[in-house]
Amino acid sequence: MSVAEQSIAGAEARGHGFLASSVGRKVVMAATGVVLFGFVTVHMLGNTQAFMGSEAFNHYAEFLHSMLHGGGIWIFRAVLLASTLLHIWAAVTLTLDNRAARPVGYREQQPMASTWASRTMRWSGVILAAFIIYHLLHLTLGSVHPAFDHANPYSNFVKGFQVPAAAGFYIVAQLCLGLHMWHGVWSCTQTLGLAHPRFDACRRHFATGLTLLVVGVNISFPLAVLAGFIH
Amino acid sequence: MSKHLNLTLHVWRQKNAKCDGKFVEYPAANISPDMSFLEMLDVVNEDLLRRGEDPITFDHDCREGICGTCSMVINGRPHGPKERTTTCQLHMRSFKDGDSITLEPWRAEAFPVIKDLMVDRGALDRIIAAGGFVSVPTGSPQDANALPIAKEKAELAMDAAACIGCGACVAACPNASAMLFLSAKVSHLGLLPQGQPERYTRVRDMVAQMDAEQFGTCTNHGECEIACPKGIKMENIARMNRDFIKASLTNRSVVS
Amino acid sequence: MELNSHIPEGPLEQKWSKHRFDLKLVNPSNKRKYKVIVVGSGLAGGAAAATMAELGYEIECYCYQDSPRRAHSIAAQGGINAAKNYQNDGDSIRRLFYDTIKGGDFRAREANVHRLAEVSNNIIDQCVGQGVPFAREYGGLLDNRSFGGAQVSRTFYARGQTGQQLLIGAYQALERQVGLGKVKMFPRHEMLELIVVDGVAKGIVTRDMVTGEIESHVADAVCLATGGYANVFYLSTNAKGCSGTAIWRAYKQGAAFANPCYTQIHPTCIPVTGDHQSKLTLMSESLRNDGRIWVPKKKEDCGKPASQIPDADRDYYLERKYPSYGNLAPRDISSRAAKQACDEGRGIGGTGRGVYLDFEDAISRLGQKKIEERYGNLFEMYERITDENPYQVPMRIYPASHYTMGGLWVDYNLMSTIPGLFVLGEANFSDHGANRLGASALMQGLADGYFVIPYTIGGYLATIKPGTRIKADDPAVKAVEETVTDRLHRIFSIKGKQTPTHFHRELGKIMWEYSGMGRNEAGLKKALELIPQVREEFWNNLCIPGTGQEVNQSLELAGRVADFLELGELLVLDALNRRESCGAHFREEWQTGDGEALRDDENFCHVAAWEYTGEGKAPARHTEKLTFESLHLATRNYK
Ligand SMILES: Cc1cc2nc3c(=O)[nH]c(=O)nc-3n(C[C@H](O)[C@H](O)[C@H](O)COP(=O)(O)OP(=O)(O)OC[C@H]3O[C@@H](n4cnc5c(N)ncnc54)[C@H](O)[C@@H]3O)c2cc1C
Ligand code: HEM
Ligand code: HEM
Ligand code: SF4
Ligand code: F3S
Ligand code: FES
Repeated sequence: MSVAEQSIAGAEARGHGFLASSVGRKVVMAATGVVLFGFVTVHMLGNTQAFMGSEAFNHYAEFLHSMLHGGGIWIFRAVLLASTLLHIWAAVTLTLDNRAARPVGYREQQPMASTWASRTMRWSGVILAAFIIYHLLHLTLGSVHPAFDHANPYSNFVKGFQVPAAAGFYIVAQLCLGLHMWHGVWSCTQTLGLAHPRFDACRRHFATGLTLLVVGVNISFPLAVLAGFIH
Repeated sequence: MSKHLNLTLHVWRQKNAKCDGKFVEYPAANISPDMSFLEMLDVVNEDLLRRGEDPITFDHDCREGICGTCSMVINGRPHGPKERTTTCQLHMRSFKDGDSITLEPWRAEAFPVIKDLMVDRGALDRIIAAGGFVSVPTGSPQDANALPIAKEKAELAMDAAACIGCGACVAACPNASAMLFLSAKVSHLGLLPQGQPERYTRVRDMVAQMDAEQFGTCTNHGECEIACPKGIKMENIARMNRDFIKASLTNRSVVS
Repeated sequence: MELNSHIPEGPLEQKWSKHRFDLKLVNPSNKRKYKVIVVGSGLAGGAAAATMAELGYEIECYCYQDSPRRAHSIAAQGGINAAKNYQNDGDSIRRLFYDTIKGGDFRAREANVHRLAEVSNNIIDQCVGQGVPFAREYGGLLDNRSFGGAQVSRTFYARGQTGQQLLIGAYQALERQVGLGKVKMFPRHEMLELIVVDGVAKGIVTRDMVTGEIESHVADAVCLATGGYANVFYLSTNAKGCSGTAIWRAYKQGAAFANPCYTQIHPTCIPVTGDHQSKLTLMSESLRNDGRIWVPKKKEDCGKPASQIPDADRDYYLERKYPSYGNLAPRDISSRAAKQACDEGRGIGGTGRGVYLDFEDAISRLGQKKIEERYGNLFEMYERITDENPYQVPMRIYPASHYTMGGLWVDYNLMSTIPGLFVLGEANFSDHGANRLGASALMQGLADGYFVIPYTIGGYLATIKPGTRIKADDPAVKAVEETVTDRLHRIFSIKGKQTPTHFHRELGKIMWEYSGMGRNEAGLKKALELIPQVREEFWNNLCIPGTGQEVNQSLELAGRVADFLELGELLVLDALNRRESCGAHFREEWQTGDGEALRDDENFCHVAAWEYTGEGKAPARHTEKLTFESLHLATRNYK
């Protein structure tokens, strides 16, 4: 088929929107990903107060809920929700595009550079989604919690993790988070055009460091409870 | 003269775009290690011809690694096991006696198979036609030295301009994305003063055409960089994303 | 057949500007009513198609590759010449003109060559404007190197990939016009015949290499920019697909073929390793700036590794024979010297057809670092192919068929002897005489495409009424189409035992043996006996599988080989009839005492243009006298 027989869409003929374009959606994915990782990191730091006993922890929760006369948390929830939904939307549409881009696969394909983490982003992502839902029902709404007490997040926290199955799922989820973060943090700098040979080495280290920190600390919570260290 | 090799090929045979294909096994007997990979296929094809069978169809032309025509996935790697080497520059000494070799075409929705290992890469031309140029009609430019260009910039532009349009990046990418190819052109022209006037419309139009051609998107796997016979770097993809974001933010045409 | 070169009157320096003024112009609003077919998307074809489309003509462009960007211009390594004199080393349009004429051994037209030198500067401006990343100095200005035995630094280059970068510039300009709908691009379409009606070129017949469809395309003018025919030697530095088919078809339709025997051998290519060899790879000439060429003095040393041959037993034959130019002696001279050494049984490498290109001294003098800077990519390429590290063991090189100065005869307007048929780039014979200087072919291809044809085509089109174009279904057109389908049927009906490659190889052996670097009466006559025999066998014992209605690479090759089997004979015939040595054409009977080419300006200071007179009939040899008003004939001396 000659090139002439196929259409070269002219610039205006396209009027191609940012969100419609593949790169645009990829940027959305990265930007929302940054918000989500930002949250997870801060969230992790906040939760460390659990080690300082019920006083500190409940006080911290209290503070969260009373920011801007209680409005703060809703603003922040809105941002979080929007980011997650946008992120998932981008993830799903792009994943479908990528599937369609190679209908017939290879009999043999040797991965040379891609990592297990990079190839499993969609799955680690899906598990994260499931986790988030469970997590909200568990510690925010309490519907799946053995002994939920709105007034006492600390005991919710402790009692919640005293159920080994729950603790176990948290731990698994954190490992997925780790996979997702390790590729994601590195990947989003590339997507947002922040990558540069001069910083490439630190990009990897930064991703690895942040991942280990967040995942490590997050896992320590259920473990600490199971070990009876937090009670 | 090192000893000759006996190999088994598993080759994708497909009569045309409509028929579906299958793998067929062929022996490649006493192959000299000095042969290029394509010369090895020539030998196999000469036998097939003499036996009145249909030889294996594959694209090739310059056979010196510069035209970008040759294109096949050898044992799961576009252009085969040797890095920064096109199929035509790959030599049989990279293989051992008794090896079995799987040959597949570039696989992508945007690269329909024409026959056997030959695919249609017209999509790459159309992406260039959509914006991969500097609009400078013949006779219009000023004197070549009127505009000095920092050596480093010129060298970086040359690194990107070295792309031979072979499509191995697409073949290697788990998402069949053409981002490395696009980014090479966007960087080549975007790094030079001559490319500035159209810098942002160029990246928008090329990406739009890429999407229209059904290529996948980049999720930063990095396979393309390793498969690329000309060492085009992922750094270019970051540069292109940068330009694309800027282009979109500054785009005055109403966002649909 | 009369050969009117239509050289404009007036002083050499003003001919082109005067001619541009005298040429008729096409009314801008009429331009889109004219359709021009361009066969070829290399530097010449790509530049021509893009530029004519910019002017407003309707263009169709054809190439046999899957993309116009893959034309063999892409393979040019060394660089492109221009008379910019940026280095302030005394270059000028006049000097570039003089060097080119002298390099061509006074067998080219003064007027054409001077025009080439004039537009050379515009080419560099154009390419830089397109974003061609030429090498630069730290100050940001363009860098130059000296090349192919020129005493000034006038060669612009982009690493070892100058041709690639120039072609991509032209390709992008072409694709821009495709995007604008001004050019219709037809990749994977091979031209199999030229349509000539009432003696005027009206279009081409092509085969769609994917569907096998035979199609006729008509236009108001046809431009052939289909490259050289060096593959007539089977092994050459050309791409596998390069062929003489387009120009050979035109020749058989009545276009004169000029100087077919002017073929260039490149001295520095990687030697053949065995019968499986399918093509030869060139190692840029720039290597000769630092490498020293030698062979063992004694035959018995040839088997030994180079390191075990003491300097005293090495024969640096170029330095010995040509003290002043040494290893930089021109291509034809150093090629013949290499052949001589090997004929004396002093060749090295497995096949005994090779000489050393040694960087030992350069490395100890400048250090490996410096050598790496200069030739890194070339050394890599050499190691990739030979598996030998040229930093440790000397390179092995041998001459290979590389470029063809001969081609279709054209006048000053680049129009062949068939009205409406224009020929550009390596496909024509115009500017290089009997030998081409390094870095001058890219210049000529782009000059023809960007700056000559866009003017001269108008001069022709202005003479024909818009809208009078013949229809594609005209009986006269269909008749031509018939002949193509018939020829394909004939090829399929042979049903023999041998492959097209087999015959191509056979032909190549004959051409290289008797009509290669050295030629003599007896050998050429022998070739004239052998070639028809191969051709005979070809048409009786060829086997092509499959059908014509699909991708069929064997069929494509067979068609090209069939034409080479005829073209080769004409090449030999021309070599036999040119009873002198000039440039790359070396007749052993005509050499000086120390083996230099001996020209015969009395009898051969002319272009030989061959006219096809019919199947099985001897072609007619016509001549165009070459007159030198601005230069006086001198003998080349590189000692
Ligand atoms: C290895 C190598 C290195 C070189 N290095 C240099 C150098 O350093 N400097 C220099 O000045 N010159 C160099 N040359 C010479 C120079 O590259 C060529 O002479 C020049 O590029 C020819 O350009 P062209 O446009 O005439 O032909 P090409 O670039 O060969 O283009 C031919 C076009 O015609 C098309 N075509 C041919 N036949 C048909 C057909 N039957 N039907 C349809 N389409 C057809 C092809 O598809 C192609 O698009 C080199 C040549 C080689 C081989
Ligand atoms: C909720 C379900 C989720 C799904 C389905 C999902 C899926 C994906 C997918 C498919 C990618 C693309 C892979 C890539 O671009 O490298 C991706 C990237 C990313 N994800 Fe998620 N993810 C989810 C949740 C999250 C969460 C909770 C975070 C943060 C904690 C996150 C952060 C990121 C980041 C930073 C990237 C990188 C974006 C880029 O490289 O441009 N994702 N996600
Ligand atoms: C083991 C690790 C984690 C622990 C111990 C933990 C603990 C908690 C607790 C106690 C709350 C309730 C706070 C309150 O309502 O006062 C909470 C809320 C929340 N957590 Fe986590 N969390 C962990 C990991 C995560 C992860 C990985 C994510 C996201 C990917 C996440 C997302 C949220 C969200 C969205 C809320 C709701 C905040 C709101 O009230 O709007 N958490 N978490
Ligand atoms: S970027 Fe590399 S792999 Fe992709 S087309 Fe260009 S040269 Fe080929
Ligand atoms: S492999 Fe594919 S995902 Fe991106 S980095 Fe290369 S294009
Ligand atoms: S054939 Fe030209 S790059 Fe391989």
